[in-house]
Formats: sequence, structure tokens, C-alpha cells
Amino acid sequence: MKDAFGAPQSLLVLGGTSEIGLATARRLIGRRTRTVFLAGRPSPQLDAAAQSLRRLGATVTTVDFDALDPASHEVALGKVFAEGDIDMVLLAFGVLGDQARDEQDPLAAVHVAQVNYTGAVSAALVGATALQVQGHGSLVVLSSVAGERARRANFIYGSSKAGLDAFCQGLADAMHGSGVHVMTVRPGFVHTRMTEGLEPAPLSTTADEVAAAIELGLRRRSTTIWVPGTLRAVMSAIRHLPRPLFRRLPL
Amino acid sequence: MPVPFAAPEAVPVTGWGRTAPTSALVLRPGSYEEAVRALAECGGRGAIARGLGRAYGDAAQNAGGAVLDMTGLDRIHEIDAVGGLVTCDAGVSLHRLMQVMLPLGWFVPVSPGTRYVTVGGAIGADIHGKNHHMSGSFSRHVRAIELLTGDGETRVATPEDEPDLFWATAGGMGLTGVILAATLQMLPVETSLMTVDTERATDLDDLMARLAADDHRYRYSVAWIDLLARGARTGRAVLTRGDHAPLEALPPRLRADPLAFRPASRLPAAPRFVPEGLLGRRSVGLFNEFWYRKAPRDQRGRLQKLAAFFHPLDGLPEWNRIYGRGGFVQYQFVVGYGQEEALRRIVRRIGSRRCPSFLAVLKRFGEADPGWLSFPMPGWTLALDLPATLPGLAAFLDELDDEVAAAGGRVYLAKDARMRPDVLARMYPRLDDFRELRSRYDPRRVITSDLARRLAV
Repeated sequence: MKDAFGAPQSLLVLGGTSEIGLATARRLIGRRTRTVFLAGRPSPQLDAAAQSLRRLGATVTTVDFDALDPASHEVALGKVFAEGDIDMVLLAFGVLGDQARDEQDPLAAVHVAQVNYTGAVSAALVGATALQVQGHGSLVVLSSVAGERARRANFIYGSSKAGLDAFCQGLADAMHGSGVHVMTVRPGFVHTRMTEGLEPAPLSTTADEVAAAIELGLRRRSTTIWVPGTLRAVMSAIRHLPRPLFRRLPL
Repeated sequence: MPVPFAAPEAVPVTGWGRTAPTSALVLRPGSYEEAVRALAECGGRGAIARGLGRAYGDAAQNAGGAVLDMTGLDRIHEIDAVGGLVTCDAGVSLHRLMQVMLPLGWFVPVSPGTRYVTVGGAIGADIHGKNHHMSGSFSRHVRAIELLTGDGETRVATPEDEPDLFWATAGGMGLTGVILAATLQMLPVETSLMTVDTERATDLDDLMARLAADDHRYRYSVAWIDLLARGARTGRAVLTRGDHAPLEALPPRLRADPLAFRPASRLPAAPRFVPEGLLGRRSVGLFNEFWYRKAPRDQRGRLQKLAAFFHPLDGLPEWNRIYGRGGFVQYQFVVGYGQEEALRRIVRRIGSRRCPSFLAVLKRFGEADPGWLSFPMPGWTLALDLPATLPGLAAFLDELDDEVAAAGGRVYLAKDARMRPDVLARMYPRLDDFRELRSRYDPRRVITSDLARRLAV
């Protein structure tokens, strides 16, 4: 069960090698979390991630999970929920793609959309339904500022996050009053493996800062959080920029 | 998924602190038969009884399962006006008992800070009042409990015939079964007024000295303590102590109807939406300063209504809303006599952190009752309330838990919404016995609550 401050005792991370996912798990293990499920495709990285969390004192189990195979989600996640209540599901998987290449290769673009959007829709629905049955829990979904307004530089990734973000807003309302809390996280540029080699955008952040913001959001039962928080105002302004001007911005 | 998101009857439930909402099917049995049926049909996630929802945390929540609203069981069955024995349903409130029994010359034996609690809740939390140092906790005055256990049986437990079941149920947070009815021994009183002595204590040592010196002269004793005061004024407090006024203490105009129960008229309920942070350091600091200075330095024998003495907060319905949507947590612990240094350390720590608490109360407990998970033990108890959104509060309270446990003390489960499971076992040595009894009477684990899940009770 979560305590009065929203700290979960059990955590399921979808995308078990995600740096933000693991940073969040580490932070929550420092609070109340004792049981962690890391879901992802079997790999040495996934095992290493599990091992690193075990060293912090948590009981960690890895779970086979493939975002690209929505048909398997219900069974894969059902097994996790069968072991006991899950207080928080963190949907942390996603791919950035390569905008320049993906524009030339529609199938590669579709791959981005399938992981970030359709795979996430399926996993979020399965997770939300399971949380609803147990009558409590938080579903935390990693969206992105890139979904707030499509940019020339990464609109394939951005559009997939835009879809996911809109989906989560609706899901949060659908879950209102059911005891299930849905929180959308919109980080800016996060320094991780996924963004390695890219030019950091202004107001860039780190996985640990995102984790801290998630912990705060759980305590406040927020529905949407921005990391860093100043992005809320900045993106609100950017959203309203006239298009010709927006297009010329070096974003 | 057959019917997506269809859960029309489940509603979010929280405790009085309004933190950690979870959803449950709320059923309101109107008879014992309906209660039995509700328990039999509650499904895999079980059921827990709920009274008037005054437990601060998740004691009367049951995520995904059933919550039995017991206020539908509200009959008073039998009154022995000579001996002061009352047999009533578990859903009868102490308010109702006062209304009925005061005119007959009987008062509830133990009254907490609110009279809007049910008899079932009072037993489940084994509540205490300002008279604990004299009269013990609520269960000391309970002669019999009628209990619907998880195996579907209705049992009668008394301290003589079924001591294990009785003392596990007293303070058992509703986890031994659904309390259906109870027999209570009431306290004889001559009037419905209190004679109250009020004095100020300039600091914590002064306060503890005054409480220790003459608590035994008063049936009721409590001290409001200013936890925001620092330095030499750390622990300054206002002591209010008193007893039921004897008939001859009343002025002639009140003697005609000395036992009338006249709670002050209640204010309109606190508004539904209160901005968060209304009760910050500044506002609470100002309030505390005012409250301390307003109190008479030394006043003897003032006549006060029962409700004003026992239940000042009941004057503001839904007062728990004043903390805003983030809610609040209560922290109440006890440390034994001889552990005064731990108490001083904790008070100093709270003061130096500038925790904005305006409902902080210090009291001395007397002899403990045998309830297995009952909170009171001989020693000092401090209760304070804090906005749940206070930064760093979670970790701070964890540190206090450790300090309390190390001093051999414990934290009150009826107020808890955040303790760690491992600390619980250190604080309540009979926890294993309690678990064993629970599995004996409830092998299918029908009776459960969010608190039980969170603390692995």
C-alpha cells in the first residue's frame, strides 16, 4: 500500500533498463519500496539492473515483456499482479529513433510509433485495469515535452509522445474516483543513453531529477508534472508562438 | 475486458486525514443478518468495518474490497439505569450515548477528543481520553463484545470467558472481526458540567513537573503544547485539568436541570476547498502565540460544558478540510516513564524543524490495559498533526519512529498512515500472537484493511 505521502511499497517498471525508470526505483527503494518488478526483453542489461537494485535491499524480479507484442501484455503483467498488490506501475519504455533516417524509412518510423504509442497504450490499459481491480495504485507514464508541440527536428518521436500524452490525460479522467491515480510526466531533454551525442536543449535535466519530481508528484497526487517545473510556463508560451516564428527557432 | 472501467458502486475512501484514497464497495448493513451476508459475499479482497471515519489513516479503508459502514447498526438495546450498564450496537456514536445516558446520570467512561466515534471504533482502536491516568482505555469499561469473525461465526467475547479474543479485539483495529454490539459500564455523574483548572507552563520541564506533581488530583488532565516555541520557551503549554462538577458546585439557576446535555451549536462545516498551505509556520505560529497568551495563567474551578471541555473541535464540522486537498497526518507516540530524555529530544527536534502543528497535546498515561495491539502504556504521550505536504516530513517521521522504538515506546495505529512494517513489530511485542489469532478465527483472511496490508499485520 502507498502511505500518506504516496510512497509505494511495490513497484513495477515497464522498460526495466530505462535510466529514468531505474533512477526512480532507486529513489523509491530509499523510501518504502521493498518489492520491484523490472519488465523488459530478457538481456544482460536487465539482469544487471535487477542486481543493482538488489544491492539496495529490494526484492527484485525480472519479467519478460515486449512493448512490440501487445497481445502478450495481459498475460505478462497478469503474472505480476497475481503475486500481490502493485502500488505503482511506471511506464518507462520508449525509443527516440533517428529522425533523419526514419523520415526515409517509414517502417523505422512506424517502429517508433509502435513502441512509444501503441505498445504504451496496451500496457497502460492492462496496468490501469489491474490497478482498478485492486482499488488503488499509481500509473506513472513517461511522456515528453516533445509531445507538446511538434518540432521539425523530432516530430516522429514527438508525435508518438503526443498521442501517448493525450491518451493518458483521458485515462486519468476515466480512472478518477476509482482509487487509481494516473500521472503524466513531461520531462524536457534528459541526459541519458537515449540522448547521448545529441545537443542538449535548454532546461535539460537528469534522470535523478525526474525521479525526484516523480516522488514529489506521488506525494501531491499530481496528474501532470513537468521536469524541470519551469518547462510548464516555457512550453505554455511556445505552444502559442505563431508558426512561422516557431519554425525559425533553433529548437 | 468485458466492461471497461465499470465500477459504479466503488467509491474512494480515506481516513480523517484525507490522505491515500483507495476505492472500495461501501455496504451499510442495517441488521446483523445483513452484516453476516455482506461478509459472506464480500469477495476476494475482503471487508473491514468502518464507523464514523475518525481514524486518521487507512485503518477503515479496504482497497478493491468492501467497507462495512456500521453506522446503520445504531440501536441501543438495553440500559441499566441503576448500574450504568448499556448494551448497544457497534454503530452507536458516543454522541448518541451522551444524549441518552447523561439525563440518567451516566457519562461515557472514556471520551476522546471527538464524540463522533462509534462504540465499535472505540473498541477497535481501544481509544483513550484525558482520564487515562485514572481510568485506563475504553476497553477497561467494556464488559462484553459481540463479534462477527471472518469464519462467519458470531461470538461473544468477555474478559473472563474469551480473554484472548477479547483482548485481541480491543485495539485490534477491526482485524479480528466485525464488532456488532457491546456492553459498556458507564460512569456516574451528578451534572453535565465540568470544573476546570487552567494553568500555563513556561517550558517543557515546567510542564512535565506540573503534570507529574498533581495529575493524581484530577480525573481528567491534558496539556496543549506549543511545538513552534523554541529556545527557553520550548515546550511551553497550557494545562487544563478537571473533573465532573458535583451538584453543589452549580449555580442555583443550573441546578434545576443539572444533567442536561447541551453541546454548543455547531458552526457551518469547513468549506470543501481550502487553499493548501493555509496552516503554515506563520499562521500556526501566530495562532499558538495567541492561544498561549489567551490562556489564564492560573484559574481554578471554572465551570465548563462537557462538549467545550472534551470536544472543542466538534464545534467545526469537517474540520479536517482546513488542511486543503493534500490532507494531514497525525503523529502520536508514547514513551515510558524513565524515558523523559527521549521525549525532550523529540520535542526539541520538532521545534527546531519548525513543524507547524497547532493541535499538539501532551498527556501522562496510567496503567496499560491488556489489549494486544492497544496503544496506551504508562508514560508520556505526545500527539501532533502536520500538513502531509510538508517537505521532508516522511523521512522526519521515520526518524522519530526509530527514536520512539529505541526508547521502548510505540506509535498509535488509529492515527498512523505512514509507518514502516518492520517498526510495528518492534513497537507491539504481541504482534505475532495477534497474527496467529487472526489466522485461527479468519483462515480465509476475509477481514482485512489497507492498514493491515501496509503494515503486514
